[in-house]
Amino acid sequence: MFEGWDAVVLARAQFAFTMSFHIVFPAFSIGLASYLAVLEALWLWTGREVFINLFNYWLKIFAVAFGMGVVSGIVMSYQFGTNWAAFSDKAGPVIGPLMGYEVLTAFFLEAGFLGVMLFGLERVGHRLHFLATLMVAIGTLISAFWILSANSWMQTPAGYAINAEGQFIAADWLKVIFNPSFPYRLVHMVLAAYLTTALVVGAVGAFHLLRDSHLAGPRVMFSMAMWMATLVAPIQILAGDQHGLNTLEHQPVKIMAMEGHFDSHPNGAPLILFGLPSEAAGKVKYAVEVPKLGSLILKHSPDAPLSGLDTVPRQNWPPVPITFWSFRIMVGMGFLMLALGLFSLWTRWRGILYEMRLLHIFALAMGPAGFIAVLAGWITTETGRQPFTVYGLLRTADSASPLAAPAVGSSLLAFVIVYFIVYAAGLTYLFRLMAAPPHPGEQGPSGETPTHAAGITPAVGATAHGAAR
Amino acid sequence: MTLAADIATIWAFIIAFAVFVYIVMDGFDLGLGILYPLFPAKTDRDVIMNSVAPVWDGNETWLVLGGGGLMAAFPLAYAVLMPALYTPMIAMLVGLIFRGVAFEFRWRTTQSERNRWDLAFASGSLLAALAQGIALGAILQGVHVEGRHYAGGWWDWLTPFSILTGLALVVGYALLGAAWLIMKTEGELRDRAYHLSWYLLFAMLGAIGAVSIATPFLHIQYTQRWFSWPNIVLTAPVPIAVAGVTVLLLRALANKWDYQPFFLSLALFALSYAGLGISMYPYIVPQSITIWQAAAPENGLIFLLFGVAVLIPLILGYTAWAYWVFRGKVRPESGYH
Repeated sequence: MFEGWDAVVLARAQFAFTMSFHIVFPAFSIGLASYLAVLEALWLWTGREVFINLFNYWLKIFAVAFGMGVVSGIVMSYQFGTNWAAFSDKAGPVIGPLMGYEVLTAFFLEAGFLGVMLFGLERVGHRLHFLATLMVAIGTLISAFWILSANSWMQTPAGYAINAEGQFIAADWLKVIFNPSFPYRLVHMVLAAYLTTALVVGAVGAFHLLRDSHLAGPRVMFSMAMWMATLVAPIQILAGDQHGLNTLEHQPVKIMAMEGHFDSHPNGAPLILFGLPSEAAGKVKYAVEVPKLGSLILKHSPDAPLSGLDTVPRQNWPPVPITFWSFRIMVGMGFLMLALGLFSLWTRWRGILYEMRLLHIFALAMGPAGFIAVLAGWITTETGRQPFTVYGLLRTADSASPLAAPAVGSSLLAFVIVYFIVYAAGLTYLFRLMAAPPHPGEQGPSGETPTHAAGITPAVGATAHGAAR
Repeated sequence: MTLAADIATIWAFIIAFAVFVYIVMDGFDLGLGILYPLFPAKTDRDVIMNSVAPVWDGNETWLVLGGGGLMAAFPLAYAVLMPALYTPMIAMLVGLIFRGVAFEFRWRTTQSERNRWDLAFASGSLLAALAQGIALGAILQGVHVEGRHYAGGWWDWLTPFSILTGLALVVGYALLGAAWLIMKTEGELRDRAYHLSWYLLFAMLGAIGAVSIATPFLHIQYTQRWFSWPNIVLTAPVPIAVAGVTVLLLRALANKWDYQPFFLSLALFALSYAGLGISMYPYIVPQSITIWQAAAPENGLIFLLFGVAVLIPLILGYTAWAYWVFRGKVRPESGYH
């Protein structure tokens, strides 16, 4: 099987597949961990039961999603070695320590406090439990910090030297960590995670409001989620714009692919809204474009010259159609989020936030929008980095393991089968949890799993649940 | 030795430490999965799962540290070993996926589906343990290296020796799992764990013996390392200590001292692990690449060493706290089902 296939293409397919399935869970759990910390803080502060009900409701969902993120993440940490051995040898001295710090500062923090967060409310008391929730939330953010630093270094390498063995070595660790694209990518991704979670929470709230608009839990979560969308969607669009300008400075070829600029425009480039990019023809077919707007957005001047892919050797082009289209999907999702936020703000002002069915239907439909945007955004930035793993320095073709196609193809097939089984089941369980509304006296994961210690009877645990001590 | 050489040695010990902590923490965890088919009753299974549910995630993080640390500190070894161990590594990952998701999934479903996730937990744990043992054997027997690349095929790892080490690790993890159950459960479940521990202890001793006999035949260097004078003065205490720990373990099992079997089983693992270190040092890819050849440039090793020095004690601290929070026997009647 897989004889005659290209092993590098199979390895890339495997990375793209396992990464795509992985990334949606961290994106969700970064936002959800912070949301849980906010809910618990509100409960401790106000003592209102609705907050602990919502906390326990989303905690069960968090437990399932986090578990799936962990197991798909272990796959990623070994895939660098199994499929990308040459990359690991050459870039390992720079990338390895960054990921090492991610494990030490983030993964352990999350995993160490997760058990207490999920099962320990009755065992450790409210304050210590809140500390555990906070540690998990902070852990997810620290994790984003390091992995985005590593990823950004591959996009915009800085602070490095190359030794006699051809390995990248760090000349200045601060420059490595805070490489030029890192701050932009970090902000853009963390905001994306918050938006993604807000849209899921909003969709679940909307789903239950459509059935019964008087339920306390769905009202609170829907309102919170819509505030998040209203406030963060415009900030995210600004952050994305700044990230784009940074990319233009450091990875102009990626911008050319994203914009479909095959030709150079000495007198101001158009903004191509839609069209079919053709690498063979070297142009965007059926292009719908606005003259000069491309230069206005990217250079803040309508007549500013912009170079096109015609200035770049063909073997250094990223795959243009994928980069072009995934970028448009992401931007489209972003503007839909902005619309949802503004719509909700208007209904809030009119006092019909919980009654406006059209808003609820819109919010429900937007439930997966964050995931779609995150995936499309990552496809844009990673495909746009091609044909390099370390931008401009190490080609993807020179990064792979010395493996024959059958080995890489078989493992890809194994992951496809396993992920479809596991993810189909996981999504079913997540939907099942979300389909039931949060109700008074909602139990956390420990309410359904017998984890109580000797000496604490179930009766005590049950009555103490949710009651202020 | 230069400064760099010293740091490489420190890092070899750090990676070895991370891998050993992984074995200590996840060994019993996987062992529970291996023993799972022997406990078909739902209440027993609930107790077994709950005895480890709050900590399994942290346990597996040590595996990520082992892999990530190897890439950071010994990128050449990581780049050579991972393709060499390709199939066992993929099998291990697949096994870990199935067993990992089962922790949450089995609570979220109906009886017939729960049986499927129970099967996923058991077979995933078995597969992961077997693959780890096979990987260990494959490393010990050495891999074909040319230049800075693995140059063998993708089935080179499959030999009678690697199968032996695979089975040995399954038996060892099962012993840890049984000893964990002795410590964490009571009543009939604990009695059955005691019963199983006797068989598993003898199986583990047999496995240690078989691997010890087979290893010197792999490479003449292993034989010289263990049996030449004056090395034998340093190596002989290892089998003697194994005998001593075995006596203590037999005594603990006979007297039903609930807490001792687990820690004594870990001592057996520690001794086997020390034996492994004696065989391998200073190679990280046996007979091909030493830790100094594989070590990353010095500034990277120092950069991450700061983090390790500060954070590992902290991690051990809060991990111990998490175990402490969920200490004591797990009782079946404390559930809400």
